[in-house]
Amino acid sequence: METSHNLSDSPGELPAAMLETATAAGDWILILPVIIALMAGALLLVLRHSRGYQSGFAILAVLAIIIVEIDLFWRVLETGPLAMTMGNWLPPFGITFVADLMGAGFALAASVVTLVVLVFFQAEIVPREQRHGFYPLVLLLLAGVTGAFLTGDLFNLYVWFEVMLISSFGLMIIGGRKIQLDGAVKYGFLNFLATTFFLVGLGYIYGLTGTLNMADISLVVPAADAGAMTAIAALFLLAFGMKAAAFPVNAWLPASYHTPDAAVSALFAGLLTKVGVYALLRIMIALLPASRDILDPVLTAIAVSTLLIAPLGALAQTNLRRALGFLVIGGIGAVFAGMALPTIVGVAGAIFYAFHSILTMSALYLVAGLIERVTQATDTRHMGGVYAASSPISIMFLILIFGAAGLPPFLGFWPKLLLAQGAIENSDWLILFAVLANSILTSIAGTRLWAHIFWRPGREGKFSEQKNDQLRRLSPLEKWAAQGSAIALVGIIVLVGLFPNLVFTSAGISAQDLLSTQRYIDAVGIEVTP
Amino acid sequence: MTEFLMAPFVGAFFAAAIYLILSRSVIRMLLGITILGNGVNLLIFIMGRVSPEVPPIVPAGALRPSELAANPLPQALILTAIVIGFALFTFLLVLGYRAYQELDADNTDNMRLAEPKNAPRPPMSY
Amino acid sequence: MRTVIFKTIAPALTAIMVVFSVFVLLRGHNEPGGGFIGGLIAASAVAIYGIAVGVEEVRRAMRVDPISVAGFGVFIAAFAGLLSLGQSVPYLTGLWAYFEIGGSKITVSTPLVFDVGVYLAVVGTISAIALALEEDEEGK
Repeated sequence: METSHNLSDSPGELPAAMLETATAAGDWILILPVIIALMAGALLLVLRHSRGYQSGFAILAVLAIIIVEIDLFWRVLETGPLAMTMGNWLPPFGITFVADLMGAGFALAASVVTLVVLVFFQAEIVPREQRHGFYPLVLLLLAGVTGAFLTGDLFNLYVWFEVMLISSFGLMIIGGRKIQLDGAVKYGFLNFLATTFFLVGLGYIYGLTGTLNMADISLVVPAADAGAMTAIAALFLLAFGMKAAAFPVNAWLPASYHTPDAAVSALFAGLLTKVGVYALLRIMIALLPASRDILDPVLTAIAVSTLLIAPLGALAQTNLRRALGFLVIGGIGAVFAGMALPTIVGVAGAIFYAFHSILTMSALYLVAGLIERVTQATDTRHMGGVYAASSPISIMFLILIFGAAGLPPFLGFWPKLLLAQGAIENSDWLILFAVLANSILTSIAGTRLWAHIFWRPGREGKFSEQKNDQLRRLSPLEKWAAQGSAIALVGIIVLVGLFPNLVFTSAGISAQDLLSTQRYIDAVGIEVTP
Repeated sequence: MTEFLMAPFVGAFFAAAIYLILSRSVIRMLLGITILGNGVNLLIFIMGRVSPEVPPIVPAGALRPSELAANPLPQALILTAIVIGFALFTFLLVLGYRAYQELDADNTDNMRLAEPKNAPRPPMSY
Repeated sequence: MRTVIFKTIAPALTAIMVVFSVFVLLRGHNEPGGGFIGGLIAASAVAIYGIAVGVEEVRRAMRVDPISVAGFGVFIAAFAGLLSLGQSVPYLTGLWAYFEIGGSKITVSTPLVFDVGVYLAVVGTISAIALALEEDEEGK
């Protein structure tokens, strides 16, 4: 038992394995968001039968996370990426957490969305005995998402993906309606398959480079076999493309996102696909840039087809939330377009678009939930006359649709502007065309939804000119919790859209850090060994 | 050299898994997913290079494992992947079972609640 | 499976397995073993007891819902990492303390706390799954 004290080898022979420098207590803000979410989620799991305190406790925990993340964001903005290697091990042996501006910004947006959804959920109608599962699962989901945004280790990224996946499975079937089971089967199998492909890529990259630390990989990769690395990059592209629902592998998203409650699908639309997109940005642009250049035609093809096909899919849907699912996919196409334009402007456009998409898509689903509540229908054919019934809902929906389409002065305009500028810089006219056509098609799809849900006085068919008699008023709880939280989120979106300077600067710095990883590597503190 | 002998097994695992996943039956898809997971674990194991059989444990009184010890990292990775894979598999198993009970369908072609057959045409007004 | 022999042996077997699982958990400090393996052994003890005497009886004997045990385990594991806050070291850094009680040296460390958390998480999750599946069998 006395292993650690009777040293037979002399300590001098051992290579250094532990960090010698002290870690400032302030650096802990890097890990705190994940810890708070994890511990609060675990605690709620233990106490899930004391229903009275659950919602308040969950909201407090997410508020604490937001405060920490604002602090983290400012710090990264001022002093550059921040890193911490768990257990005092020397990187790359320990698991490293790194916050660069992209990760910190996405994590902040994700927790803001989570807070709004938690408030919105107060007005959801869910059987009491199933309601208690919601709060721990949401917090564990947030832990997974934040962990994925902040980790600097590929295998750790896989673990956070799985944390996210398991909690999203649980959320998907809260309520237990038959349609949810159907959606969950498709969602579950395809996402499990995607993470398995991710694991295959991980195995290969470990076998060929001998490391899984992202900073270390980006140092080692230039010396590795380019062909093999491109194969690995293609595997990651497939795995995360599935997660992000890019065009050829997008079918699971519109098949499942409309099945759970509106609050849950808003959370999914905002967070889950964006984590896939984030992982792709990190791997394609920062870790394997040479392979990205070889895969450029593939990325362009995915971007253009996703950008064009998604809004057409939205046009063909009658189910409101399924149509919105296609708009989520369209946004993924825009991020891929940025990945196919590897200049600062293009990549910044992709990052900005992903940020915008986290906020806007969640808000759209929340508003869709309100519309479904008012009209008591999920199908746009049975909706109508909401404009007369509720002006806040109609204004919010119009703002969000214009934002999703990328019309000024809303938030979605700025990333589209960056993407168009990047396309012109690279003389990539195909992508320029696709980005602009996507805006037009999305506004057509969105305004058609608007016309059918809001402008048309009644339901489709012979009643369409009569007043819709199915409309109901929102209860006070729905008005304050659900509509209020949606208004707050839309307010944030409008404000950020009107004053986008901070996001512009941050997206630029993030893109810079992705394209040249020096600051990231320095923060992790890998010593370059020949 | 052992790596080259084991590589075809990974291929066989993947082939069987993909064949099963392409099936319409949920239970076959589940079996395929399990086999795929095992194939991936074997792949990671091979990727860590197969070395002599000394376990990577630091002997009593020493500060480092013997020179011949196997690479411990793939084993840690595989253990994690097995645990996670097991958790997801049980979830999918229970989900598939409940879907079978509630939707009365083991055949995914008959699971059309979320995406109804004969979907209505998009609204034609306006 | 509810034969007289099995029913008679199962409680003793379960008790032995649970004790052994704690032994494996503590031994994992310096030698092969640890929270994960220990947790699996304890969970199989629960599963065996469930097969022998029925799920209802096991739930009553456990007093606490397995999922709550798992949640508590995750909480403890995350908390173990927090103990190194304020020591100028990163999250999850192992801290060690030595005591002398009656001439034998006792080592207490944060990795042990972490391992206890893993143990509880594994026991909770696996027995929840096992009990749910056994319940399904009985339901028919």
